[in-house]
Amino acid sequence: MSLTRKDVENIAHLARLAITDAEMPEYVDRLSKILNLVEQLDAADTASVEPMAHPLKDQVQRMRVDEVVDSDRHEKYQRNAAKVEAGLYLVPKVIE
Amino acid sequence: MTELHHQTLAELAAGLKARRFSSVELTRHFLSRIERFNPELNALVTITGEQALAAAAKADQQLAAGAGGPLTGLPIAHKDIFCTDGVLTTCGSKMLSNFVAPYDATIVEKLSQAGVISLGKANMDEFAMGSSNETSFFGPVKNPWDLKKVPGGSSGGSAAVVAARMAPASTGTDTGGSIRQPAALTSLTGIKPTYGRVSRYGMIAFASSLDQAGTLTQSAEDAALLLGAMAGFDPRDSTSVDTPVPDYTATLDQPLAGLKIGLLKEFFEKGLDEANGKLVRDALKVYEAMGAKLVEVSLPNLPLSVPTYYVVAPAECSSNLSRFDGVRFGYRCEKPVDLLDLYKRSRGEGFGAEVKRRIMTGTYVLSAGYYDAYYLKAQKIRRLIANDFERAFGEVDVLIGPTSPTPAFDIGAKVDDPITMYLNDIYTIGANLAGLPAMSIPCGFLGGLPVGLQIIGPHFGEAKLLNVAHRYQRETQWHREIPQAYR
Repeated sequence: MSLTRKDVENIAHLARLAITDAEMPEYVDRLSKILNLVEQLDAADTASVEPMAHPLKDQVQRMRVDEVVDSDRHEKYQRNAAKVEAGLYLVPKVIE
Repeated sequence: MTELHHQTLAELAAGLKARRFSSVELTRHFLSRIERFNPELNALVTITGEQALAAAAKADQQLAAGAGGPLTGLPIAHKDIFCTDGVLTTCGSKMLSNFVAPYDATIVEKLSQAGVISLGKANMDEFAMGSSNETSFFGPVKNPWDLKKVPGGSSGGSAAVVAARMAPASTGTDTGGSIRQPAALTSLTGIKPTYGRVSRYGMIAFASSLDQAGTLTQSAEDAALLLGAMAGFDPRDSTSVDTPVPDYTATLDQPLAGLKIGLLKEFFEKGLDEANGKLVRDALKVYEAMGAKLVEVSLPNLPLSVPTYYVVAPAECSSNLSRFDGVRFGYRCEKPVDLLDLYKRSRGEGFGAEVKRRIMTGTYVLSAGYYDAYYLKAQKIRRLIANDFERAFGEVDVLIGPTSPTPAFDIGAKVDDPITMYLNDIYTIGANLAGLPAMSIPCGFLGGLPVGLQIIGPHFGEAKLLNVAHRYQRETQWHREIPQAYR
C-alpha cells in the first residue's frame, strides 16, 4: 500500500511531529515500504483467534491500595524542565 | 597474574575475595582502558570515573571486613536506557541529551546494593530503535572486531564496551533482539530473560509488552551471576512477575545427556548465510557429543514475526513516546509560538528519523479505521506465534538456531533501507513476541567476524538456558576470544 503526502502530513499532525517539506518525500516513501512489509499479515487466517495483549498466560493487571507511597520531590524533578516558575511548568499562552 | 581484563566476572570476584587486587585497582584498570579505547569505539556516552572510584573504595572496605556478596567490587557499564540518579541518561537521543535522571532504575539500584560499580553509560540506538547502533544521536559505535563494521544494536555500546574489555560485563535491553544480536556480532554471551522476570522500572520504555532487561557478558557463568542479582519481583513495575528467582549458578554444570534440542526448520531456511549456518550446525554436533538429541520442529507462523513486530512495537512506541512533549523534561524547541508549535517542533527536532518513522507507523496503525486491520490483526498473529512456541516446548527442552542471518555488516550499508535493517531481527523477534527467555553465545568466526548461536527456552527457563550455554562453553573456547587490538 502506498501512502500519499497528504496521508503522511495527517499522521505527522496526529503524532505532533513537525516534518519539514524537504524531509517529507523520504517519509512518504519509507512509511509506504513499512506498510507493504506489514501487509504480509493479511494472508494469515485469524478468524477464531483471541488477540494477545500480554505475553504471559493468565497475567492480570496487578492493583495496589490507593495510598501515597512517594514523597514530594517536585523540585528535583523540575530541574529537568525547560521553563519553571513558582513550581509550575511554563508553556506558551494557551487561553487568550 | 592473568591481565585483569582477560578475566571473567567470576574470576575477578575470586581475585577480589582473595585480595589479589582491590576493587579500586580493578576499577582504575578499566577506567584507563576506557580512556584509551573509548574515543575510537564511541561505546560509552558518559563516564562516571569519580563515582566509580568512590564506590570501589567503599567495596574494598566491605571486602576487607569480610563482608559483601558475590558481586561486591565488580565494575560494569549500564546501557544508557536505565535511569541513574544524578547522572545523564540520554537513551541515545537529542530529546534526552540534557536529562539528568532524578532516580535509579530498579536494576541499577539492585546492582549497586549488591556492590556492583558503574563505570558509565553505554551508547545505543536512539530509544533502542535500531539493529546497528547507527541511529544514536551520539554517533555510531564501532565493532571492536573490525572498526568498519557495526556492533549490532540496539545495545551496541554495551556490546562494544565488553568486547573491547573496557568493562568485564554490561547491562542491556532487548525488545526485538537488542541484546542477542549485538552479543552475536561481538562474540559475547547475551541473555534476554522471560518477560516480567527483570523489573522495567526506570528503564525508558520503547514497547512495553516486549521490553526486557538483561546482560552482556563474557560467559554464561557471568550471566548467571549478574542476572541473579537483577531479577525478581518489583512492585513498581506492574508487569513484574512474582515468582522466586532460582540460584542460576547452582545448575550450570548439570549434564545434558538426554536433552532434547529443537531445530527450528524456519530458521534454517531462506535468508541464512550458508557459512553462518554451518557454524551453527557444528555447534549442534558439540551438543550431540554431550548426549543431547536433535529434533526438527516447525513453527509455521514464525515467518510472520517481523511484520507482526513492526505493528506491535511501533504502536506501543507511539504511545510511550507521547510523554516527550518539551514541557516537563527533555528537549524544547526555541521560541515556540503556541503550545501546538512547542509540541510539534520539540518532537520534530528532538527525535531522529528512525524514531519518527516508528512513531508515525504506530500512530497510523492505531488510528481510527485502521486499528482492526493492523493492530488487532497483529495481536492475533502474535497469539498464533506464541502457540507455535508452546507446542514446540511440549516436545523439546530448548530451541537452538542462529542469532543473526549474517555476521556484522559495514557501517552505513543498511542505514538507508529500513526494511533490510528490520530483517536483521528475523530470528530474534519471535522470543519477544512470545515473552520467552533467549540467549546468544559465540560459536565461531567467519572471515574474522563473530557468529552467534541462539538458544530459546520456555517461560522462566533461564536456569536451563544458562546450563545449556555453560556446558557448551566448557567444551569450546570461542567465548574466550578477544579482538587483537584489545588483548
